[in-house]
Amino acid sequence: MKWLETANLRTVRLAEIPNWDLEELAHQTVARVNGGGRLLLFFGEETREGVFVYSLVADDNQSKIFVASSRVTRGMSYKSMTPDIPSAHLFERELFEEFGVEPKGHPWLKPVRYGIPGVNEREDQYEFFSVKGDEAHEVGVGPIHAGVIEPGHFRFSCHGEKIYQLEIKLGFQHRGVQELFIREPFSTIYLEKLAESVAGDTVIGHAGGFARAFESLSGTQVPERAKVIRTIALELERVAIHLGDLSAISGDVAYLTGNSVFGALRTKVINTTMAICGNRFGRGLMKLGGVGFDVTPVLRDKITALVDDLEEDVSLAAEVLFSSSSVLERLEETGVVTKEAARDIGMVGPAARASGVAVDVRSDHPFDGFVLMPVHKLTLPGGDVFARAYIRYIEIQQSFRLIREQLASLSPGGIRSELKGPHPGIFVVSLTEGWRGEIAHAVITDEAGKIRKVKVKDPSFNNWFGLSLAVREEGISDFPLCNKSFNLSYCGFDL
Amino acid sequence: MAIALAVLLLSPLFFSGLISKVKAVWGGRRGAPVLQPYYDFFKLLRKGEVISATTTPIFRIAPSIGIAATILALMIVPIPTFGSLISFNGDFALFAYLMGLTKFFTVAAALDTGSSFEGMGASREVTYSTIVETAFLIVIGSLALLTHHVSFDSIFSSVGLISEYTPLVRILLVASLFIMLLAEGSRVPVDDPNTHLELTMIHEVMVLDYSGPDLAFIQYTAALRMTIISTLIANLIVPALAPAIQALLLFGVTMLVTFVAVGGVESLIARSRMSHVPQFLFLMTALSLTAFAVVVFFLYGGR
Repeated sequence: MKWLETANLRTVRLAEIPNWDLEELAHQTVARVNGGGRLLLFFGEETREGVFVYSLVADDNQSKIFVASSRVTRGMSYKSMTPDIPSAHLFERELFEEFGVEPKGHPWLKPVRYGIPGVNEREDQYEFFSVKGDEAHEVGVGPIHAGVIEPGHFRFSCHGEKIYQLEIKLGFQHRGVQELFIREPFSTIYLEKLAESVAGDTVIGHAGGFARAFESLSGTQVPERAKVIRTIALELERVAIHLGDLSAISGDVAYLTGNSVFGALRTKVINTTMAICGNRFGRGLMKLGGVGFDVTPVLRDKITALVDDLEEDVSLAAEVLFSSSSVLERLEETGVVTKEAARDIGMVGPAARASGVAVDVRSDHPFDGFVLMPVHKLTLPGGDVFARAYIRYIEIQQSFRLIREQLASLSPGGIRSELKGPHPGIFVVSLTEGWRGEIAHAVITDEAGKIRKVKVKDPSFNNWFGLSLAVREEGISDFPLCNKSFNLSYCGFDL
Repeated sequence: MAIALAVLLLSPLFFSGLISKVKAVWGGRRGAPVLQPYYDFFKLLRKGEVISATTTPIFRIAPSIGIAATILALMIVPIPTFGSLISFNGDFALFAYLMGLTKFFTVAAALDTGSSFEGMGASREVTYSTIVETAFLIVIGSLALLTHHVSFDSIFSSVGLISEYTPLVRILLVASLFIMLLAEGSRVPVDDPNTHLELTMIHEVMVLDYSGPDLAFIQYTAALRMTIISTLIANLIVPALAPAIQALLLFGVTMLVTFVAVGGVESLIARSRMSHVPQFLFLMTALSLTAFAVVVFFLYGGR
């Protein structure tokens, strides 16, 4: 049984992808993950010939991606992979919800977004895990929250102030994003705007990821200059959100100084993004085939000045924050996710790296500017709120260096290539290291060269379960802080 | 006397505004006007109320009982140079119970709503109160023992006259009362008055269901409780025999400094982890017990 070997942004013909029996696909996936691979995607696609299930396993050390598929019918069942590889748990639930393909022996076969028609699609049909006992109590939070945040329900099973178990129920934001990608009539601007809106806090990440997937499908060569601008924008987005997170983490522990200073610094960064493209969150910058706005010499000086200016301010502010004993008392040893747990459940991004799991798409499966400029993977031991806060600080510093390097390599040339139509019958997966972690876009075209399937995976999909693990045995009053240290997206999960 | 009481009754919201202003300035913002809490108060008085269908009359009466009990408590507290409006032997016990009554009704009303959030807040409030109230009685006990008086008015009018040990006792008790001020006023590091996160709140979460005039009463009561405690602090600082003008000036300055200090604490340190809050509150117990020990040593030591 041989998997088809591919890589980030390398297209393969659909006909080349091996097609196995579903039991075999599950078995081989488990074997490959246990052999050192990482489950990247496991999803289904409905076609006229039936439902196809694709399994993608990444080999991070060799920058390879292995893909295989299986043709299944609705109502089929197979032996669940989750008992062997916990990282498959949500993918299997998603497949069951969307196509009725049942993973036998799945320990937690609950709805992902909208439930299974007739079984648990209604709110009151959802069964929460519950803890019983005289002194046990349950606290339900949401889906409507205080403050301006997205909807999601959190059900805590507690003993006094201590959390035994947290169950997170999402899906309230389901917009059918993946289906919108294949809705006619297509237009470039429609696809660009849609990709930008997958998660409002990861505009550059998602729009860039989808643009690279589309360009690979159509064989469009993006000018080097555009790639560099994309990389700078991606790093600016990372810096801005990380600064905002440090501000929010300070706010959650009522540390006024950190809250104000990091918030003010973030504004400088997003204003620079606005100077490039006219929007503080980078909307309109990423185009299929390149970028919409050039970095002129004036802008280039502006970005350099920003980086010089901010580098010092950020280290000063971080030094004060991370040396304040009242802050450290709150952050240290709060909400620990062990390295084993983080790896087993397939966490990604800064949250995983803070637990010591070295995954970073920029280094493992490089794209754009990172192909020629390798990124050193930063990890921290600990896995607590402190590690998740501190890794943001060191990633900001790393991003400053990367932005400088990219600015230095800004070569003259165009910023946008003429876009060609996608080739027929091919498959590509585009991985992007957004600020939150690995973003995956798997795109498939039909025989006429039209996009027939877009599978989007936001890093939130990997990491929500990490939050549940982090708060076990933790005081319920520290939940908001743990939550903020992950800062996951609801709409990125719900799609 | 009447004027002094009236000024104290009008001032609490100014002090709330002052704390916010200090924090805003520290945070690099211009901040809301110092008088903003008054605007909010009158705005709330004009608003309608939404009352949860699951509540009983306890929920309705709690804010009114709270504001009445707290105003009565203020009348027992001596005002420098004027003394107390109401004074009798053992009046500090009534004072403690009036403060406790307000809290009791706030907690009962929180439980009345049946919300899991408010239940958690109530449980936290009661847990921490057991520490603070005990420590407060040690504070008053030390002073009563030192002065051989058992009413607020006579205790505070004679505490400055006693001996060389009183400065030490006074410093310890002022520190102790300042911690009480932070705890009772739901300030950092005990509570976070600015958070919107219900799961971390103590006081704020108990009053989530209130709106309109009742909410105005609650906010006023909370501010008045802080004013009362800082008046006690001022009583320990203002010399008993100072001329009236000086004493009143010093009283005013002490109040301002106390509230600026509360804002300063809130600007500079983060809030404690919930499970570590008792450690901070026990500091109040430790300080008042030390003061008590000093008094005992002064009265009976060396004999």
